[in-house]
Amino acid sequence: MAKRIEASNVSSYYGNFKAIDNISMTVEPKSITALIGPSGCGKSTFLRSINRMHEVLPNARIEGRLTIDDQNIYDPDVDVTAVRRMIGMVFQRPNPFPTMSIYENVIAGLKLNGVRKKSLLDEAAEKTLRSANLWDEVKDRLNRPGAGLSGGQQQRLCIARTIAVEPQVVLMDEPCSALDPISTLAIEDLMFKLKDRFTIIIVTHNMQQAARVSDKTGFFSIDKTGDPGRLIEYDDTQKIFSNPTEKKTEDYITGRFG
Amino acid sequence: MSLLEREEPGVVMTPHNLRARKLHWMAEAGVALAALIVAGALILGTGVGNWVLVLFVGWVFYLIGLFAVATRVEGRRSARNRMWKSLIYSACLLAILPLASVVWTLLSKGTGRLDGDFFGSSMNNIGARDPGGGAYHAIIGTVEQVAIAALLAVPLGVLGAIYLVEYGRGKFATTVRFFVDVMTGIPSIVAGLFILAFWVLIVSPWFNNGTPRFSGFAASLALTVLMLPTIVRSTEEMLRLVPGPLREGAYALGVPQWKTIMKIVLPTALPGIVTGVMLAIARAAGETAPVLLVAGGFSAINFDPFSGNQSSLALFVYEQAGDASKFAPDRAWTAALTLVAIVLILTIAAKLLARRSRIS
Repeated sequence: MAKRIEASNVSSYYGNFKAIDNISMTVEPKSITALIGPSGCGKSTFLRSINRMHEVLPNARIEGRLTIDDQNIYDPDVDVTAVRRMIGMVFQRPNPFPTMSIYENVIAGLKLNGVRKKSLLDEAAEKTLRSANLWDEVKDRLNRPGAGLSGGQQQRLCIARTIAVEPQVVLMDEPCSALDPISTLAIEDLMFKLKDRFTIIIVTHNMQQAARVSDKTGFFSIDKTGDPGRLIEYDDTQKIFSNPTEKKTEDYITGRFG
Repeated sequence: MSLLEREEPGVVMTPHNLRARKLHWMAEAGVALAALIVAGALILGTGVGNWVLVLFVGWVFYLIGLFAVATRVEGRRSARNRMWKSLIYSACLLAILPLASVVWTLLSKGTGRLDGDFFGSSMNNIGARDPGGGAYHAIIGTVEQVAIAALLAVPLGVLGAIYLVEYGRGKFATTVRFFVDVMTGIPSIVAGLFILAFWVLIVSPWFNNGTPRFSGFAASLALTVLMLPTIVRSTEEMLRLVPGPLREGAYALGVPQWKTIMKIVLPTALPGIVTGVMLAIARAAGETAPVLLVAGGFSAINFDPFSGNQSSLALFVYEQAGDASKFAPDRAWTAALTLVAIVLILTIAAKLLARRSRIS
């Protein structure tokens, strides 16, 4: 069920400001792709373009083609909510819905998309909490508020919430940057597990994490502030971290950045 | 020499010593007492004023004295801190004082007519020499008018606020927001006059064979005009407080925008919205002028808000307070107490409901 994502010549704008310039990359199904690069280089913008989340901001638009299994998600007759159901997203800060319990949080996507049957919801809740490695920790307090969990648990709750609607692709925008190393490890384990079912794209500032979890890595950079972000190099993670083609990539991953 | 060492000669806070002397609370109480005694002697002795002036001058002396004493004991920085703290506490006390006074006056004077007659009968056929009479008709009027006004204003106001926060862009939204702000400042009598001119004189004749007609519903309309801006503004502020990532979290699940608003944004902002709505309702329940202008006031019971004059508690208080009968002031006080009690009960009930809908 995982799908291939293909970006060709994608440029993204906020009003007149060009955030990313001419990005082309192909993401294979059932793989983990890491996007790395300095702050403000357009990684997140590119990620958010993939499920049209950047359209939440007024005046945001893109040029170029973004396809998921050869279907252009920016075609005028494409329903944006359908795109987002197919391409889920996990955010930098855990954002469980504060008015909902753990159980309600997990099934929020299903319920708000019209699934009513209690047995179906119960089943989905347990299944996704198990796949998110969270079931054992919360099974006794499913009716407690989701905001009462620890940061790492909240983030896994948000991942559970995302995969509960059975997307094809999961986008993760620095999912571990607010978490401690142990919670980070738990999420990375989870990513390996989810790789069998989903295509995962993760933005991260943690290069060890990129090296650990991903199959392919894309390095984004900007020349100077105000310039659009560019994809400098996109290759197998092994290659990027051992023998990058571009000098810029090597400088960045070895810390000689500037 | 470091900054710390230089600062206050005689104060023992140096890089080598973090301890500083503290003013004992007994000393502070002593300063307060001394200030009061001095002020009392000065003012009552010379006969320039009464105890209110003594309190005020005593308070000023206390602040000055406290600053002087604390400077000697603790140094200037701590003294300044102490003085400001006292100032803020007394400001808080001063702000609570009128409220306490109102509650006390209402409770002490308003219980005189708390009897079955008051809640069970109207003022129909009650003359100036009759001790009985009640506010039943006024309570009915207030409840009906405020309920109808809330039914009209709450959905309109909340939906308007949702438009302004979630959808409104560009000139139109700015214009709407501007007029909502302007409407917040409308005096209630103007709202009453507007409904009198528009509804009572122009629209109501259509429903009443060509003759204009007062009604409780017209009062509800005027109250709606008054409640709307309050509800829109407070709801708007509450909706803006809902973090963007929550909305994005819902969008990312493929939830359409309207459902995100209904199921995620509104529930999150609900306690704040309820507070705003209750403030608006409390204000509307206390309005006299619009009811007087467009419902006309009535001394008998009228259950029908759509036809015929109605009274309301606020109007009842106004009438009874100005009445020549020696029994009227008691009725006015009890009616005022009743009005405050109704608003208080409504507020508490709404808060409880809003809290229950949140999981704990």
